[in-house]
Amino acid sequence: MHKVIVTPEEVKKIAKLAHLKLQDSEVELFAGQFTETVDVINQLNEIDTSEVAATYQVTGLSNITREDIVDTTRILPQETALREVIRTHEGFFVVPRII
Amino acid sequence: MKQLHELTIAEVHEGYRKGDFTCVDLVRHFLNRIEKYNPKLNIFLALNDQALIQAVAVDREIAEKGITRDLLGIPMAIKDNFLTLGLSTTASSNILKGYLPQYESTTTRRLLEAGAIFLGKTNLDSFAHGSSTETSDFGPTLNPWNTKRLPGGSSGGSAAAISAQLATAALGSETAGSIRQPAAWCGVTGFKPSYGRASRYGVIAMASSTDSPGPLARTIVDTALITNVISGKDPLDATTSPKEVENYPQFLGKKDLSGVKIGLVKEYLLPTMREDVKQLILDAADRLRSLGATVTEVSLMDPKYAIGTYAVISRSEISSNLARFDGIRFGHSREAFCPESKRRILLGTYTLSAGYYDAYYKKAEAVRTKMIDQFTKIFKTYDALIGAVSPGPALPVGATKGQPMFGEMEDVLLEQSSVAGLTGASVPCGFVDDLPIGLQITCDQFQEKKALMITDCYQRNTSYNLFPDLEKTS
Amino acid sequence: MKTTPIIGLEVHVELETKSKMFCGCPANHFGKKPNTQTCPVCLGLPGALPVPNNKAIESCIKIGLALNCSVNRLSKFDRKQYFYPDLTKGYQISQYDQPFCSDGSVLLDSGKKIGIERVHLEEDTGKLQHTELNGERVTLIDFNRGGVPLVEIVSRPDMESSAEAKEYLKKIHEIIRVLGVSNADMEKGQMRLEPTINLNIGGKYTPIVEIKNINSFNYASQAIEYEIKRQVEEFEKTGVEKSTTNKTTRGYDPIKKVTFLQRAKEEAKDYRYFPEPDIPPFIIEEDLVEKLRLEIPLLPEQAIENLVSLGVEKKDAKILISNQNRVAIERLKSLADDPEVNLKKMASLIVNGKLSTTGDVKAEYLSLTKVGTTDRGELEKVIREIMASNPALVDQYRQGKVNLAGFFVGQAMKATHGSANPQTLTKLITELL
Repeated sequence: MHKVIVTPEEVKKIAKLAHLKLQDSEVELFAGQFTETVDVINQLNEIDTSEVAATYQVTGLSNITREDIVDTTRILPQETALREVIRTHEGFFVVPRII
Repeated sequence: MKQLHELTIAEVHEGYRKGDFTCVDLVRHFLNRIEKYNPKLNIFLALNDQALIQAVAVDREIAEKGITRDLLGIPMAIKDNFLTLGLSTTASSNILKGYLPQYESTTTRRLLEAGAIFLGKTNLDSFAHGSSTETSDFGPTLNPWNTKRLPGGSSGGSAAAISAQLATAALGSETAGSIRQPAAWCGVTGFKPSYGRASRYGVIAMASSTDSPGPLARTIVDTALITNVISGKDPLDATTSPKEVENYPQFLGKKDLSGVKIGLVKEYLLPTMREDVKQLILDAADRLRSLGATVTEVSLMDPKYAIGTYAVISRSEISSNLARFDGIRFGHSREAFCPESKRRILLGTYTLSAGYYDAYYKKAEAVRTKMIDQFTKIFKTYDALIGAVSPGPALPVGATKGQPMFGEMEDVLLEQSSVAGLTGASVPCGFVDDLPIGLQITCDQFQEKKALMITDCYQRNTSYNLFPDLEKTS
Repeated sequence: MKTTPIIGLEVHVELETKSKMFCGCPANHFGKKPNTQTCPVCLGLPGALPVPNNKAIESCIKIGLALNCSVNRLSKFDRKQYFYPDLTKGYQISQYDQPFCSDGSVLLDSGKKIGIERVHLEEDTGKLQHTELNGERVTLIDFNRGGVPLVEIVSRPDMESSAEAKEYLKKIHEIIRVLGVSNADMEKGQMRLEPTINLNIGGKYTPIVEIKNINSFNYASQAIEYEIKRQVEEFEKTGVEKSTTNKTTRGYDPIKKVTFLQRAKEEAKDYRYFPEPDIPPFIIEEDLVEKLRLEIPLLPEQAIENLVSLGVEKKDAKILISNQNRVAIERLKSLADDPEVNLKKMASLIVNGKLSTTGDVKAEYLSLTKVGTTDRGELEKVIREIMASNPALVDQYRQGKVNLAGFFVGQAMKATHGSANPQTLTKLITELL
């Protein structure tokens, strides 16, 4: 089983997808660490899973829904919704212009 | 004569009833201890400045009505990944520094409704990413048994709070090991309910498919009481089970374990494990036999596969769950993530990305199926599985440096049961190097009563339930 | 060279439920003050968890059934991950490989079937407003709309002209309104359209273009027409063919009547879909599907066919269905077997406003239509027959019992199935008697 190497380029690409800014030193460090981690993960290939389906949920539950009613107890007052950030304006959240 | 900080829940309630002390006395006592020992141990990140006022109200309630609520006046330490109204919640990360939650988690609400008093929020690995509490952005918590050692994690603060006797009971959460491993490293009793038993609504999510809130306390009896209070379906969490909560304390106090079949997991006696630790586990097996249980060797999938499986599943889910931390509606920008969190987010993004999803995420979930199937088979014959909780005793401060998979490595003996959503306890079973070692007693999904019953019998018939003298170890 | 447009349409419908898709906040957000209808779930606060809205799921299935889809027995939600300020969690809960409904169709008037790939459920994002604050260019965000249930209807790229696209959209719009699951008010953004278009030019394919932010059928039609022209020109100039990496997104400017590049060519988005761990999967059993099928009201196509088969002219049937004139339709259906009623004529009278549907429709109809039959020859024949079978009564009348005329009128009416003109009849009878 050949070793899978995670390159700094790949780390940069993933960081972009994950909206994380990395320093160059971090990119190098993570690339090495990922390669190590991926090695461990690739050991899973030693297990034959051709006959089993993936399990995404261990609850065994299905069809869990709620009724279509308004729940007034959880609605946040505007000030509470906006409370935890400084950048707000007349009831809106504010971010630097995207477009 | 026991000191106030040495009392169990039942003993506190008895003290209240007899009038030996008041809730205000107890809370003040803990606050004084916290003031004395917390600066060094770094267990609490924030204290509840309303605790004494709430204690006054408790005393009034006791005078008027008696003790009619299960946790009335019980001072608790709450892991700082549970959202608590009026108490800052940071997940031990700079991203949430100063964050005051806008709602209460279901689990803490249930504790409050049962009458508990929160003393404060405890330290954890940042966003629960770890098994040491060393990745906290606010400094590691130190192990009360030996302050050069780590308390384990991620619920290290909560475990240490019990070990240092700074609260009567504590709340933690486990994704894979985060209750049981720090309980073991700190020599206290920790209980992980099945996934879906207690509500995750209001718990800062780590791995959505394995996160399980659960108690840490002085005894398994206390954890049974708390588990009772926090368990049950929550309409706000679609993954909670509608299964009835069976009033767990009623299953405790068994005279012996005759008829109980226990499997000692062969693979959990790791080749790299110290002989003296192995011996403690074998001793525990003998003790269980002497109590009437049959203990035979069983085989599980090689634990090394658990590391990879859990790493992929948890990191994938982590990468997604931490996407909401963008600084727009709360918290600070994503630059404030600590390196361990960044590492996990990146790896998780990678394992879910196009071209890799099948090879990693889907593969890991298929191995997960195999793990679940093996447990289903084993639990047809066995009531419980035992082994060590951790490969060894608490590691020194600094042990996590340069270890990109430290967390997953330390939880190797707990990951399989976590990804399968099982339940289990960590109970002290001895000491090596003057550091506690924990025994895991693991049962099938929703067999909390079995795990609690067996652990209680073992605990009552052993004397490893010890607490450090902080004057000596601090 | 033969140029064939390949047009697909993605339609997003805002469902008219009381509460949002995954929480209990009110779903009706129109005209509300910003960020006054949010909760930990839709605001994406740490620790909050989604619980799906039952009614939204049923509405989605109904839409699928109305579009002739199969309802998948196994279904689930998935996380679609990307970062954008209007997306609180950094992912949208949507459906990926196991949508509620798939493989349906819509029949155009020409008889051509437009395939429907899938009908699935997801949550809406918050609303963005671009402006300037103290000289700084900013974007304001209101999350009242975040979490509102959206049904996404994805067609197969079976349309070949802007006219077909417009007709498809109108039919979808009508079906949605008839089902009552949404007002689908285009101006309020309750139904959003996204055409996807490329061309087959002599066997070669131009790059695929997605046109976003269109909120009217006319604009959709115009945008498609402009885009067809533009792609032909571009292909003639550059000869660039479609590939997996050159799909672009354009907007439509209704004033300049052109499409414009919205985002610079970007890499194919990697949404890193994976099953939503916070929501258990769905097993949709047959009995639920049947129950929902029975709750579906008259759908245009069916209903029109229905009426036509009873004798109503197609153009009148279409109008009645389009106006959702349920009363008229019910009356017509109930009188379908009545020998005194000519259904075609009755429908026509209703549509032309000459016959009201309140009160006794049949009586009014009869009085309106009686005006027609004044053929004296015919009527005389009928009257003489009745006189011949009732000689005693004829004598009585001639001896003075003049109100017996009523009897003869009644008999004559019966005999002519109500189509005789009463005045002519009465006159004739008085004459003949």
